Amino acid sequence: MKALVAVKRVVDYNVKVRVKSDQTGVDIANVKMSMNPFDEIAVEEAVRLKEAGVVTEIVAVSCGVTQCQETLRTAMAIGADRAILVESDADLQPLAVAKILKALVDKESPSLIILGKQAIDDDSNQTGQMLAALLNRPQATFASKVQVANGQVSVTREVDGGLETIALQLPAVITTDLRLNEPRYVTLPNIMKAKKKQLDTVKPEDLGVDVSPRLKTIQVNEPPKRSAGVMVPDVKTLVEKLKNEAKVI
Amino acid sequence: MAALVIAEHDQLTIRAATLNTVTAALACDAEVHVLVIGHQAQGAAQAASQIAGVKKVLLADAAHHAHMLAENAAAQILALAADYDYILAPATAMGKNVLPRVAAQLDVAQISDITKVVSKDTFERPIYAGNAIATVQSIDAKKLITVRTTNFDAAATSGGAASIDTITASADAGTSQFVSVELSQSDRPELTAAKIIVSGGRGLGSGEQYQQVMEPLADKLGAAMGASRAAVDAGYVPNDYQVGQTGKIVAPALYVAVGISGAIQHLAGMKDSKVIVAINKDPEAPIFSVADYGLVADLFTAVPELVKELG
Repeated sequence: MKALVAVKRVVDYNVKVRVKSDQTGVDIANVKMSMNPFDEIAVEEAVRLKEAGVVTEIVAVSCGVTQCQETLRTAMAIGADRAILVESDADLQPLAVAKILKALVDKESPSLIILGKQAIDDDSNQTGQMLAALLNRPQATFASKVQVANGQVSVTREVDGGLETIALQLPAVITTDLRLNEPRYVTLPNIMKAKKKQLDTVKPEDLGVDVSPRLKTIQVNEPPKRSAGVMVPDVKTLVEKLKNEAKVI
Repeated sequence: MAALVIAEHDQLTIRAATLNTVTAALACDAEVHVLVIGHQAQGAAQAASQIAGVKKVLLADAAHHAHMLAENAAAQILALAADYDYILAPATAMGKNVLPRVAAQLDVAQISDITKVVSKDTFERPIYAGNAIATVQSIDAKKLITVRTTNFDAAATSGGAASIDTITASADAGTSQFVSVELSQSDRPELTAAKIIVSGGRGLGSGEQYQQVMEPLADKLGAAMGASRAAVDAGYVPNDYQVGQTGKIVAPALYVAVGISGAIQHLAGMKDSKVIVAINKDPEAPIFSVADYGLVADLFTAVPELVKELG
């Protein structure tokens, strides 16, 4: 079966982002960009399913600026077979991305669609669920274990307070949680091989998708600063302060 | 028109997250209804009807609603959507799972994890793991919202006198089935819901030392146990312990960081805690910049001493 994996290019998780002084957004000029960590897990899972003989082809998809090609090359270095870039300079919000992905799913007809549970830039946690809704297919979010058998996929999900297992009829949409797997490091030979793999570029217009944003960002601010704390000399003072001053124990 | 709150419940009682969501809903619209989707959930509906400020409770009771499968729950909410301007759910695993599905079916954007209602159509929400706060305005006719519960007070669980309407359950979509659930057997509170969290980092040196040092402290405080990414990557604890941008975002009343340097990735997950205590032997560790109380000391002597002091 075919698997489609969606990957997003985001600010690297190690970067401390700064809010622009005009409050229009976050300054991402000249900062390190990487593949969204949850998407790495998604690609890794698809590759493992391929290695297990379940998946036959993996198509990686990214939506955004030209540089998303790098993110797709990384996905192909991990093991995706080919890639599609939906190129757009617009502010692509989850609903727009879900619509783009739906158009691609309609074309490619994958049995499994794997996404990260959320992107670490907008923190929305919506795209996978929205895509499943638009496709009218079942969804399994926050997956920590995926097993495919007999036309069904059994997914263990991380829910508040424990783990829940559900079974979905294929095709289905899965979003990954941290515990699902540990993504492999890409090796130099695989990076070289990835350069030769097929990468197609399309525009949202070619897919007939309206990507205009529905949420208008009025302003972006720094979070309130925490007031400076105090250093305590010993454990006794610490306990005394927690009991009498902060009153938290 | 009115605001509809999707209840988080266990069929018998209403979970706390619902109460915070009701408060957020009341900030949007004076008329707040609560939808209980479940199976034999009369108890939860009763509890919901007592919540102060709730005007009406809708109960959709059916066997296929027992486990809040996204496909069935979304269909149920969709069937009611025409009557509401606002549909809100707590930003819990349930709310995050179900609500975006409804939003897409209605062709509206969802506003995730709001921390403040600024006006009828404008909300604040954290982005970049809380390193920036975005004020966003929705241009959609309906607002679908998930609520960061730690930012809204809980509505009172009594004082309300809402009517309970049993409504027709939507049909079973039949594309997904519940198989099993395995709830954590630990007596410790769940990380994201805990009032107190003790969290260990690479300074603990090994998984055995993590258990030896942190467990007595957690037991003494009745706290949940967390860890930094460094401790998880080093294999001291499983990664569901991880607090941070790529782990769990927490906001307890007290957060005790032990042997954690305070990388951005970790701070993003815990800096909304009410009181932060840091114990670290490096006085230059960034964790001290967010700590309310800092103690420069060797954790292997300070933590056992702390356990003793707590009596």
